[in-house]
Amino acid sequence: MNIVVCVKQTPASANLPIDLATGRIKTEGLQLGVNPFDEYAIEEALRLKERLPGSSVSVLSFGAAAAEEALRSALALGCDEGILLYDPAFEQSDSLATAHLLCAAVRKLSKAKGAVALVLCGKQTNDGESGQVGAALGAWLDWPAASCVKKIPQADDSKIVVERLMEDGVDTVELPLPAVVSVIKGINEPRLPSLKGKMAAKKAVVARWGQAELAADVSQIGASSASVVVKTAPPETRSAGMTVPGGSPEEKAAFLVQKLKELKFI
Amino acid sequence: MDYGLTEQQREIVELARQIAQKKIKPVREHYDKTEEFPWPIVEEIAKADLFAVYLPEECGGLGGGTLELALVAEELSKACGGIALSVATSALCAIPILLYGTPQQRKRWLSELASGKRLGAFTITEPGAGSDATATKAAARLDGDHYVLNGIKNFCSTGSAAELYTVFASTNPNRGARGISAFVVEKGTPGFTFGKKEEKMGIRANSTYELVFENCRIPKENLLYKEGYGLFVAQDTFDCSRPGVAAQALGIAQGALDETLAYIRMRKQFGQSISSFQAIQHMMADCATSIEAGRALLYSTCRAMDRELKPAVDKAIQEGTTVFEAMEKLGSRRWTKESGMCKVFCSDTAMRVTTDCVQMCGGIGYMRDFPVEKYMRDAKITQIYEGTNQIQRNEIAMMMIKEAASKSRKELVSA
Repeated sequence: MNIVVCVKQTPASANLPIDLATGRIKTEGLQLGVNPFDEYAIEEALRLKERLPGSSVSVLSFGAAAAEEALRSALALGCDEGILLYDPAFEQSDSLATAHLLCAAVRKLSKAKGAVALVLCGKQTNDGESGQVGAALGAWLDWPAASCVKKIPQADDSKIVVERLMEDGVDTVELPLPAVVSVIKGINEPRLPSLKGKMAAKKAVVARWGQAELAADVSQIGASSASVVVKTAPPETRSAGMTVPGGSPEEKAAFLVQKLKELKFI
Repeated sequence: MDYGLTEQQREIVELARQIAQKKIKPVREHYDKTEEFPWPIVEEIAKADLFAVYLPEECGGLGGGTLELALVAEELSKACGGIALSVATSALCAIPILLYGTPQQRKRWLSELASGKRLGAFTITEPGAGSDATATKAAARLDGDHYVLNGIKNFCSTGSAAELYTVFASTNPNRGARGISAFVVEKGTPGFTFGKKEEKMGIRANSTYELVFENCRIPKENLLYKEGYGLFVAQDTFDCSRPGVAAQALGIAQGALDETLAYIRMRKQFGQSISSFQAIQHMMADCATSIEAGRALLYSTCRAMDRELKPAVDKAIQEGTTVFEAMEKLGSRRWTKESGMCKVFCSDTAMRVTTDCVQMCGGIGYMRDFPVEKYMRDAKITQIYEGTNQIQRNEIAMMMIKEAASKSRKELVSA
């Protein structure tokens, strides 16, 4: 099975500083790594590869030249090849445009290496957090897509069964292949690299595909992205809650009633 | 402090750190409590290639030396000195094979130890032979193509879990110290069984066993180098392996200090964090200073040793000899003094630092729910095994006397 994993290089920390003037994340000087959600996608791809002999895992990343490091991290874990989608013409792509670029890359890979059967993504990134790229990629490819997948109990050459986490429970969905699946944290425990893997990844050649290779529809990518950013702002911070004091339920209730009266709720 | 590690050495540290913090830390209390062998963690360490860092590439290693081994031992010990010990005992089994094994013996056994698929152990101590290894009673008698091994070894770290054992036994009791020889014995050899499992104060995640040899027939090819060279094998092995113990001790000390620092900054008494009191601050400063001094001594010693050891390993591989013979040809010096100094200084530091850490944490530091007392229990063994610190001091002093004597001889000659 030919598997593709889409990864993004993002800040390694969970607590990102936000520039209050622009509302954007301050990325200067931050340590970068593979988006944590994508680490689960890589691990799941490697586990499928181990389960289904003859499989290969290709890793795609759209980003700056430095994103090559994220691809090398994936190679160190056992992925077979890394491809960086990089071109000045791709800059300013929004999530739909990013998915369009990834779509062009998956199609190119299918032509070059044989049909891609499955694309795995992380549920979202820890910087942009749109959570749209996986589903949009499914739409561009015109393949079935499942988001928020917590388990892949079955996979063979023609179909995949996934458990999708919903707000009110879990859906079990069977998708014919090819398909796009985005996974959540907790689907697995990502492995650590081996030293020999790291050394081999350092020497590996990471391919670079630009507009010349992808021939993407220029009306869909880069500065032509469909979305317009009106305003960005950090989310409002929530004030701390309060613990209701009191030893017995009666005492707690009495305190609560008085507090609600003070606040003129009752 | 920046010790100018190479890129590969920094990667080794980073990977060992991830295993220590992500995999070992959450389970160390479990293994300390139950004394189970930490197989799932050992597998993680093996998969990461950390068993291979100090071995030559021809045997599946990564081509490093004693510094790489020390970096792994230190980093893993920051989380748990007991779990880190499986790497150290495998090295203690591997080093005599590396130094005194034939090219065939190196290829056969070192590649297995490098992969971590099989663990190694080293066994010299007997009920009547501890610091005085010349009192070894275990005996190996040549019988056709085999040696027949009889005797008891005790306090063998990674006992039973390990599959390869470097064993010391007398092939000629009439010759005393010069009659002792070194062998490699594989687990499962008929006549080789395990006796008592020890219950220990610390490093409880490692299994300590008595080994029993009863008419155990081992192939003649399992002899390391020549008959009668056993104590040389042991001494040269310790020269190379004691920095590993020093690194384990430093890791234990650093781990305890890190935990302590996190706690004393948070713990408030008299309305302020206890780290703001000078009485605590001076203890903190003393702990950190001796750890850093130990690290500087350890890394410098490892680097100096590796500068001599690696060319000898390369020469031995090229010429198809033992590394010991290549060292003789290259006129390599002995490292007994400096490796002993590392072990003494770092393990004494570990004992003092961990004791002070328990003190700084106060009551909670003494409790099993809190990780600091375990570091203190784990630290103690580093002053004892691979030669007690008293024996180390004897050896350091002996080397000083020898060096002074040879210096004055040279002065006499030149005068």
